[in-house]
Amino acid sequence: MEEKVKNITTEEQQEYVINMGPQHPSTHGVLRLVVSLKGETVKSVQPHIGYIHRGIEKMCESITYPQVIHLTDRMDYLSAHINNEAVCLAVEKALEVEISDRIKVIRTLMSELTRIQSHQLWWASFGMDLGGLTCFFYGLRDREKILDIFEETCGSRMIVSYNCPGGVMYDLHPDFAKKVKEFIRYFRKILPEYNQLLTGNVIFHERSKGIGNLSLEDAISFGITGPSGRASGFSCDVRKHEPYSAYDRVTFKEILYTQGDTYHRYVARIEEMWESMNIIEQLIDNIPEGPFAVKMKPVIKLPEGEYYQRVETARGELGVYVISDGNKNPYRVKFRSPNFVNLSVLNHIAKGFKIADLVAIGGSLDLVIPDIDR
Amino acid sequence: MRSIIEYLKEIVFGVWSLMQGMKVTGSYFFRPSTIVTQKYPDNRKELVMYERFKGEVVMPHNEKNEHKCTGCGICELNCPNGTIEIISKTIVTEDGKKKKAIDKHIYRLGMCTFCALCVKTCPSNALAFSQGFEHAVFNRALLIKTLNKPGSQLMKGVE
Repeated sequence: MEEKVKNITTEEQQEYVINMGPQHPSTHGVLRLVVSLKGETVKSVQPHIGYIHRGIEKMCESITYPQVIHLTDRMDYLSAHINNEAVCLAVEKALEVEISDRIKVIRTLMSELTRIQSHQLWWASFGMDLGGLTCFFYGLRDREKILDIFEETCGSRMIVSYNCPGGVMYDLHPDFAKKVKEFIRYFRKILPEYNQLLTGNVIFHERSKGIGNLSLEDAISFGITGPSGRASGFSCDVRKHEPYSAYDRVTFKEILYTQGDTYHRYVARIEEMWESMNIIEQLIDNIPEGPFAVKMKPVIKLPEGEYYQRVETARGELGVYVISDGNKNPYRVKFRSPNFVNLSVLNHIAKGFKIADLVAIGGSLDLVIPDIDR
Repeated sequence: MRSIIEYLKEIVFGVWSLMQGMKVTGSYFFRPSTIVTQKYPDNRKELVMYERFKGEVVMPHNEKNEHKCTGCGICELNCPNGTIEIISKTIVTEDGKKKKAIDKHIYRLGMCTFCALCVKTCPSNALAFSQGFEHAVFNRALLIKTLNKPGSQLMKGVE
C-alpha cells in the first residue's frame, strides 16, 4: 500500500477527479463520466456504463422474432422506427420474402420522419446544454407535430412498434400524406429560425468552433458513424452505400464536412434535416398502391445460418446480427449500436479542453444512453 | 490598427447576432396565435385521442354482455412479457357437449409495453385498444385487470 502511494508522481497528485453523472443534466440519461482534471483542463474521461443495462440481447434469445421488435424500440428510443426496420429487414432477408413497393416507401417515409424528430430533440437539448433554454421549447414544439403524425398512424408517439416482419402493422392513415405535407411546409419556414436563433449566435460560435476536433483517420479507426463521422469527412451513410427499403429510388446528398469539430457536427445534423425533408417530398406524392403487409406464417422460423443487416439510424450505423439454429427463437442476436461506438471517442477528443467544453462535445456526439447499455 | 478594426467588427457582429436571436423570440410576443400550449387537466372534455391510439387493452362486450373471446390462448403466447394470463374452465353447452371457455382473462397493465401483438394476432378480434390514457392509480393491485365482465358469455356464432 505504501509503495503505491510513493509511486504517484507529483503531476498525478495535482489531478482532480470528479464524477459527472450518473445523474447529470448534460449526459441525457444515466451515464457516469469520471473526469480527471488539472485545474479546469480535462486530462482524461472514463465513461462508466451499464446503469440501465437490461440485457436486451439476452432477452431476445428467449422470445420469437415478432416479439424482438418491441425490444429494439427501447434501445435507441429516438430512432425507434429505424431500429424496428433493421430487425424486420434481417428477418425478411433470411426468409427471402419479397416485400411490396408500398411497404418500402412507407418504411422510408417513417424512417425519415423519425430522423427529423430525433434531430429536433437533439437540437433542443444541445441548445439547452450550452445555456439556451429557448431552443429546448422550440425544438420540442416542432417535434410534437411529427409525434402527432406517428400517433395517428402507428398508435403511439415515441415507442412506435410499427414494423412487423413482412410489412407494417397498420395501413397509413388517410390523413397521413396531407399532414406530412403540412408539416414539411411548416418546418421549411421554421428551420431558418433555428439558424437565426442558435447557429448564428456569437456565444455558440465561441463555444463550438475548434472544440473537440476529430480527424478523418481517427473517425475511421474508432468507427464513428452517423453525422458525427460525416462531419470529419468519413463517408459512411448506409442509405447511400448500401441502399435498403426505398432509398435507391430517391436522390439526396450525403452531408460531408472535413473540419470535424463540434460546430460542424452541429451543422451536419441541421443539413440532414433539410435532406430528410427532400427525401420525404420525393416520396410523399406517389406512394404506390398495394398491400401493407405480406402474409407471414403464424410462427416465424428462420433457416439455420447467420444474417446481418445494417441501417442508418439518426446517430449512425446500426447493425443487427442474427444467428439462427432453425428454431422460432434466435440463437444469438447482436446489435452493433452506434452510440456505444461513438462514446468510445469521447476520451480522445475531449482531452486538453476545458470541462465546460466536455458538455458541448458530449452533446454534439448525440448520445442516447439506453442504446449504449442495451 | 487592423487588429483594432477586427476587434470592433467582432463586437458589432456579436451584438448583431444576439439581436437576431432576440428578434425570433421577441416576435412570438406579437404572434400569440402560434402558441401551442394545451391547458391539460382543464381541456379533458375536448381532448380526443386518435382512433388507433394504444391506451390499454380492453375486451369489447355487446349489450347482451357477450364477448368474442374463445379462450384459445394465442394472445397469451404472443405476449412478450407475460402481461396476459388466461384462466379457462370447462362448460357444458345446451346440447350436452363439453367445451372450453374463459373463466378470467387477466391483463396486467403495469407490465404491458403496448406492442399490439395480442390485438393483432387474436383470431376472433376479441381484443381492442381503448383511448384512455390516464392510467395512474394509488394501488399497484388496481393495475391487474380482468377483461371479461362478470357473468359474460361467448357471443353466438364465434368459434
